[in-house]
Amino acid sequence: MDTWTRRKFLTTSGVIGGAALAAGVTAWGVDELLATGSGGPDADASTLVLVTLYGGNDGLNTLVPAADSHYRDLRGDLAYGEDEVLALGEGLGLNPGLKGMKKLWDEKRLAVVRGVSYPKPDHSHFRSMAIWQTASPSGPVPSGWLGRWLDHAGGGDPLKGVSVGATLPPLMAGETTAGAAVRLGGRALPDAWRRTCAELSRVGEDAHPLLKRAGTSLADLTEVVSAFGGEKEPDSQDPNEPRDEDEGNEGASAGGQGQLGAQLDVVARAIEAGVSTRAYSVSLGGFDTHANEKATQSRLLGQLDADLGRFMERVRKTEAGRKVVVAVYSEFGRRPKANASQGTDHGTSGPVFVLGEPVKGGFYGDQPSLASLTDDDLRTTTDFRDVYATLLRNVLDTDPAKILDGHDRTLAFL
Amino acid sequence: MVMGRTLDTRERVTRLLQRTGFDAGPDAVDAAERSGFDATLDRVLATARDPGADLTPVPRLGPLPPRSAKAEERLEKRKGRNGRPRGTPGGEESDGARDSDGARATEGSGDPDGARDPDDEPSAGASASAETGAGAETGDGTGDGAGADPVRKKFRQALKQQREEVTLWWLDRMVAAEHPWEEKRTLLWHNHWATSIQKVKSGAAMLRQNETLRRLGGGDFRALARAMVVDPALMVWLDADGSTAKAPNENLARELMELFVLGVGNYTEADVREAAAALTGWTLDRNAHPWESRFQPRRHDPAPRTVVGEKAGFTALTLVDHLVSLPDSRAHVAGRMWRALVSNENKPSEAALARIVAAYGERRDSTALFRALFTDEAFADADNVLVKQPIEYVVGSLRAFGVRPSELPEKVRGQLLTRTLAGLGQVPFAPESVGGWPAGAAWLTTAAAQVRIGFAQGLVRRADLSDVEDASAKERPELLARKLGVGRWGDTTRAVLTAAARDPRHVTAVALTAPEHLVLS
Repeated sequence: MDTWTRRKFLTTSGVIGGAALAAGVTAWGVDELLATGSGGPDADASTLVLVTLYGGNDGLNTLVPAADSHYRDLRGDLAYGEDEVLALGEGLGLNPGLKGMKKLWDEKRLAVVRGVSYPKPDHSHFRSMAIWQTASPSGPVPSGWLGRWLDHAGGGDPLKGVSVGATLPPLMAGETTAGAAVRLGGRALPDAWRRTCAELSRVGEDAHPLLKRAGTSLADLTEVVSAFGGEKEPDSQDPNEPRDEDEGNEGASAGGQGQLGAQLDVVARAIEAGVSTRAYSVSLGGFDTHANEKATQSRLLGQLDADLGRFMERVRKTEAGRKVVVAVYSEFGRRPKANASQGTDHGTSGPVFVLGEPVKGGFYGDQPSLASLTDDDLRTTTDFRDVYATLLRNVLDTDPAKILDGHDRTLAFL
Repeated sequence: MVMGRTLDTRERVTRLLQRTGFDAGPDAVDAAERSGFDATLDRVLATARDPGADLTPVPRLGPLPPRSAKAEERLEKRKGRNGRPRGTPGGEESDGARDSDGARATEGSGDPDGARDPDDEPSAGASASAETGAGAETGDGTGDGAGADPVRKKFRQALKQQREEVTLWWLDRMVAAEHPWEEKRTLLWHNHWATSIQKVKSGAAMLRQNETLRRLGGGDFRALARAMVVDPALMVWLDADGSTAKAPNENLARELMELFVLGVGNYTEADVREAAAALTGWTLDRNAHPWESRFQPRRHDPAPRTVVGEKAGFTALTLVDHLVSLPDSRAHVAGRMWRALVSNENKPSEAALARIVAAYGERRDSTALFRALFTDEAFADADNVLVKQPIEYVVGSLRAFGVRPSELPEKVRGQLLTRTLAGLGQVPFAPESVGGWPAGAAWLTTAAAQVRIGFAQGLVRRADLSDVEDASAKERPELLARKLGVGRWGDTTRAVLTAAARDPRHVTAVALTAPEHLVLS
């Protein structure tokens, strides 16, 4: 078993798998993290909901510099007019699909962090997403930033970090702890099966790590099912069913899920039920808009806006829900200049949205200039780790330096 | 790499049968053990007639019906003018067979969700196709009120019908195949050139791509790559259709280099842009059925371009020729196949990679590559365990109990196949992204465990369990290990199985859920 470490198998999941192994980087010591101790569950704890937009959302048509003549020149037919966008000030406006976000902005509950990325942005979906999910700017490391937070503060409890969906994103894979992947819908397991699963999960100590992980998935199941129930909501279509409808189709090549609303329903139910989870991961795919971007992106942003709006309305009715902070990011923005297919190609920095009752609304970071592009791409004005550090310190009550390789610079949005 | 324990012959042939197919039933393992590893490998890799596959002919799918009332209206106008439907640029609406096909879809599907949630994409791409006169998709939905649009409903039902039909066909063939390597190999290439029907929509285009992967998947990788770079389904998936010299679309160029042929780190951003220019000029003829790709020289950028060290007036095909000839390409393809067939976690040693790349060679012989992987000493290393992908898990379980997807009642099929695979995160023809499906421990989640239990419970109600019933309770755990190709149950699992052994259905369901059946040891 020398060639194998638990770290390796826990973290070789999803998009990071191949890349992390190919890079062969080991940035974190297990002992070093474990030595820092762990906090128990806290009744006053706040909750993080991280929304990943897969495919590289076009930041420039999300937070739109509609008044900028460079923008209109570069974008042509893809450009939004000044009268179309929802003005936020400083010459910037939100995509017309983001009406709920505008409302939150007016209530000072939406922070817009501008120009966010990391040095030397990578234009590969998979590498860039791995960098965002591991919070390692120089190249992916074999654990996700929320996974490391689980290692550090979760006390080995997979329920502290929950991803909604079939597979576990690298984001939630730590070195000693993996978050739980919770299924949408489904029926509760009969007691007899729960006992069987608990027994089957006791794989021998000397077994192969993957066999042990297979066992753990059965053990986690009993915990997760008891915490989340397993009752299917009446009238809801099973979101695990493949979608056949004619949507999400122009920019679907870079992964992520649809059904964001159904994922957020699970999160809302868990928060209402007082589950001990502190960090949730949900996602929306389809942002890889190389063609026919305008309609596709505005439809997706509209979906994001409506689903998040409904979620915030619901959770703010509870004490715990008023401590929820939602952060929305994507692996990169897109090239300012449009291509021949009425779309845009892979670019660099983009805005990150942070919303919720505890958020201090407003702009953070500088808007990248369209007058001085680097290799036709936007510059980065905000280090993505500043955003993570702020969330770790102010939402997850954790010293960010321990998770982010010493990085502890925070922003003022919380 | 430190070697773990080396497998004995029986374990080695079991591993070979499982990784080149979907299962390792007791008779097959016994026979393979008798003939030895090398002879078994020869037999597996040989192209042979497959009566099982012959029983599952490729379905003949019609063209998609028009997408919206507006599209149909335009078509009717043209019909009136010309007496028969004429090809219009970029419209699925332009096929004469649509009416009968659409009607069939309506009757066949009976989908309660058909009228649900009319999300729309108003006039996507209309301006692109108007400007260029060909190629770009006219996704002209009708905006508000489309839910009541019967044309649109028919279109969506046809999408669902085509999607179900292709999925069922392939699963059925995987279960029926007597020489499953061809199916497994096609699945590997499908994961490599990952293309999803979610965006492509046309079942016929997906089937054509599947046929290409199947036909060329065992030979020269160059021939495969040449066919794929102009494959209509891949072109739609990666927006290659309609890319022009004036403002090239980079999507296909990037993924060709990053994922399909070269691998990250072996090219620059400048190479991506130059390659994108080289790929311009290809469009799609959606009036043909199935769709055809066509080269339009006027739209192509013929200027010399420098791509990874070579300057030439590249076309799509000469670009592919150049990329596949690079040494980095050989290592990239070998590396991806290693992760799929040997170990997702343990990298090949330098010596192993060199040997495999040499076997693949200047001729880029895929079968030689596979042979080198299976004969590498790492393939006999007990440490190199793989997690079963959901399709392998489902197909292998169905094969073990003689359950043919096409023989299941429609409702059971939906529950046992569609919902299970979607719940586990791997539906054929619908990979999660252009990078393919996740791998390794990513499959071993709580969410997936819950789905597997539902699958196991459903399968035992449909399975032929006569041999489990005939065996004594004491013999049942061992019999199930042999049926599922599990070398041996761990002590805990054996105890659970023994406790459940009196009920043939229950003990079988537990075996299907056990950790030992979730991995390829």
